[in-house]
Amino acid sequence: MAFKRNIDRLPIIPADAKKQTAVCHYCIVGCGYHAYSWPVNKQGGTAPGENIFNTDLSKQQAPESDAWYAPSMYNIVKQDGQDVHIVIKPDKACEVNSGLGSIRGARMAELSFSQARQTQQQRLTDPMVWRYGSMVPTSWDDALDLVAQVTATIVKAKGEDALFVSAFDHGGAGGGYENTWGTGKLYFGAMKIKNIRIHNRPAYNSEVHSTRDMGVGELNNCYEDAELADTIVAIGCNSLETQTNYYLNHWVPNLRGTSLDKKQAQLPGEPHAKGRIIFIDPRRTVTINAAEAEAGKENVLHLAVNSGTDLALLNAIFTYVVEKGWVDKDFIAASTKDFDKAVKANKTSIEDAAKLTGVPAEDIIKAATWIAAPKEGKRRRAMFAYEKGIIWGNDNYRTIASIVNLALATGNVGREGGGAVRMGGHQEGYSRPADGHVGKPAAYVDKLLIEGKGGVHHIWGCDHYKTTLNAMEFKRVYKKRTDIVKDAMNSVPYGDRPAMVKAIVDAINAGGLFAVDMDIVPTQIGQACHVWLPAATSGEMNLTSMNGERRMRITERYMDPPGQSMPDCLIAARIANHMERVLRAMGDAKYADQFKGFDWKTEEDAFMDGYHANEKGGKFVTYERLKAMGTNGFQEPATDFKDGKIIGTKRLFADGKFGTKDGKAIFFEAQWRGLQAPGKDEQKRKFKYLINNGRANQVWQSAYLDVESDLVMDRWPYPFIEMNPEDMAAISVKQGDLVEVWNDAGSTQAMAYPTPTARKGETFMLFGYPTGVEGNVVNAGTNELVIPNYKQTWGNIRKISDAPAGVKHLSFKSQEYKA
Amino acid sequence: MKRCPNLVDTGRRQFLRGTGLAAAGLATAAAIPHEAKAASTLARVSYPANRLGNVSELKLNEPVDVSYPDADAPGVLIKLGQRVEGGAGPDGDIVGFSTVCPHKGFPMNYNAGDRTLNCPGHYSRFDVEKGGQQVWGQATQNLPQYVLRVDAKGDIYAEGLDELLYGRLNNVLA
Repeated sequence: MAFKRNIDRLPIIPADAKKQTAVCHYCIVGCGYHAYSWPVNKQGGTAPGENIFNTDLSKQQAPESDAWYAPSMYNIVKQDGQDVHIVIKPDKACEVNSGLGSIRGARMAELSFSQARQTQQQRLTDPMVWRYGSMVPTSWDDALDLVAQVTATIVKAKGEDALFVSAFDHGGAGGGYENTWGTGKLYFGAMKIKNIRIHNRPAYNSEVHSTRDMGVGELNNCYEDAELADTIVAIGCNSLETQTNYYLNHWVPNLRGTSLDKKQAQLPGEPHAKGRIIFIDPRRTVTINAAEAEAGKENVLHLAVNSGTDLALLNAIFTYVVEKGWVDKDFIAASTKDFDKAVKANKTSIEDAAKLTGVPAEDIIKAATWIAAPKEGKRRRAMFAYEKGIIWGNDNYRTIASIVNLALATGNVGREGGGAVRMGGHQEGYSRPADGHVGKPAAYVDKLLIEGKGGVHHIWGCDHYKTTLNAMEFKRVYKKRTDIVKDAMNSVPYGDRPAMVKAIVDAINAGGLFAVDMDIVPTQIGQACHVWLPAATSGEMNLTSMNGERRMRITERYMDPPGQSMPDCLIAARIANHMERVLRAMGDAKYADQFKGFDWKTEEDAFMDGYHANEKGGKFVTYERLKAMGTNGFQEPATDFKDGKIIGTKRLFADGKFGTKDGKAIFFEAQWRGLQAPGKDEQKRKFKYLINNGRANQVWQSAYLDVESDLVMDRWPYPFIEMNPEDMAAISVKQGDLVEVWNDAGSTQAMAYPTPTARKGETFMLFGYPTGVEGNVVNAGTNELVIPNYKQTWGNIRKISDAPAGVKHLSFKSQEYKA
Repeated sequence: MKRCPNLVDTGRRQFLRGTGLAAAGLATAAAIPHEAKAASTLARVSYPANRLGNVSELKLNEPVDVSYPDADAPGVLIKLGQRVEGGAGPDGDIVGFSTVCPHKGFPMNYNAGDRTLNCPGHYSRFDVEKGGQQVWGQATQNLPQYVLRVDAKGDIYAEGLDELLYGRLNNVLA
């Protein structure tokens, strides 16, 4: 049977409950929520005066009611050591989500740490160290001393390049301005760490480098633009599942035609109709199905490209639009350069593109027409959205450039109903000292680790074991190297610190690696580490971030962090304090002095030292002001503080000035050059199935919290692999059977999910899942800037076993909504 | 001397009860302001047993509109023609579900083709052959299913629910 909670009533929020601002800490959309809390021995009542909604709760509430919350939105947590009831529910007044909660965000309360209700008991509560053959609790001072002693010894002996770092650099639960600053000041301020990487890729680089080099920052529009566009072009993004409420609350109204009033009011003097949408994706997604349900099939165009050929398609559309003269000549002349160069270099005929991409020529022309054919003499407004299908796809740098070329040519940057924007994964929240010393291309950190480089590894909220490429080889070597240190640690008494440090350093010199893991939960890579430092997450600390339209909000601290855990920024500060002390004791006062400036007591200290003092417009932003701005916040950058409000920026580049020295956006040459990453062509020739991969609606990120969600693990005990039923029959695989996916890079497992809309020979597997890591079969090849190419993976598939017992209750029906 | 801990505990409890009673007596005598009487409630909601129909009225894969546990809570009874977990009746194939989407409360449609309930609000869909498992969607719970009982006459009674219904913080309104 499907998982059921058997909850038949919930405590009612009393009228005098505490109400705090919260922003969902999962995806980039950053839906507005409120956290309501009240003492555990109190409750509200059904009479209007007895509850926060001032509503008669003895009656059935209507659809979209503000006066209802699901069991997943409720928990009992601690505030200042006392148990309190908490309800975390979406905010109707937030412009981002208008009260919508997704299957991920609306479970924030249930996925909070609760001793009373035994949720998220996996959370780390104490610093843990490798001692007597297992990970056991210790004090902060003991753990930090060990980390600092080993780290200081190694960086002094071998230089800072021997300290490897993996660190979050986003927002929400993936960082936030406080925590990126804390870690940034440690590794880029006090030290100049070069061998550093980010949570989802093996180097410290931009996922969208070309758009930045062109002067067009990647989050340049606002969510309202999706309501105003004539045509939305969704390239390699599955937004219903990965930016759910952006899609539901801002794309769907346009597709339904319910944003027509807004179009007419804001954009008078031009014809308006309900929106059209073009999808460029080898796979038919639920997003496409939903668009057809809303807009009608006649207004939805799915260009099902051959995997990895987006660049050729985009160049063909660009060429066609230019040849037709459907370009914004005034804008190109006033605000850009190198247009002619790009036209010449990127010239691609419709026929050639059709052949390469597998998309019929008439559909390519139709797409160009929908994007740029003037509407009664007026410029058509098109919004270009892209995400991991492109970012983790073939030839990242050039393909993103080709999208921006098309947007610039048609005058769709900085204008209403336009934008050339990534959709995003996490929220953003980056504030760090300059990173120029890292270099370009940046170091391929995972490759260096496999080659035996580095002596100490600090890991912040990253789990390479689940979310890297060439993962099987990485895990094999990483375990071997960290085991050398574990064995050495087992050879001396833990309490003899000098002997312990010497044993570890000797082991490092013998090829070992000392690994320190800062996280909120025990991770898979954590199993190889020697020290775990427990971190607090959003809501357990005050945390600031911005969403995909640069909307900055604060999530207030609404509960205590588990046990002794601390905000990451304060962990970084305490590491710095101990480094200073240890280096001074070693007699290196000059080096020790570099670790000054970490006397923060609270996350707000880190915020003021970082974002407030350093970021553009940061001087207008304080915690107090952000709290007053609530779930709507303001859009970065801030330009003023007036009448009690922070004034923001709705769209970037609205004045036609771009982020280059002369203010002109640059068109880029971006010729098609086949499968660009090393090893991909060969893999494609050698193996039978495309192993496309990505996210599932129910799961947040690598399921680091969802592994303790009964709802999610009941639905996906194993990662699914969507397969065409004929492909399944050919290898005698039935629904739910466990299969092995294997190739020249490695092997992994998945559960077969029959999918009639999947093209033969093309599968789609859930990425980054703990019970079957797709990265095991992604080869080590990257682009020239060390961006991984997860999407273009080919492998063979064979049956492992019939569906295990834990799978038999599952539905394997189509995930597409049917009216 | 080894003592029996159970006996010790029993003794302690008796002792405490004794002093408690004595203290209560004293309190009454001193006329301390009266204590509020605790309201007596049960741990779970008491569901009515409502007759929703008769087996003879059900046709294969044709949903019958019902409501449970009251008129404001629409649902369906469906005869599936094959035994399913949670199915009632002689063939174990009769199921009952709320038809209010647990995401945002929109009324759902039954798709007889693949036996799912579908929400036009945000495209969530639930499998009536798999205990209301959300096949895909934005609800944070699977679909509330009726606990059904079929008596000797073939009358179908609903006697409970296994999830919270949308739009009410207590499945039985009061």
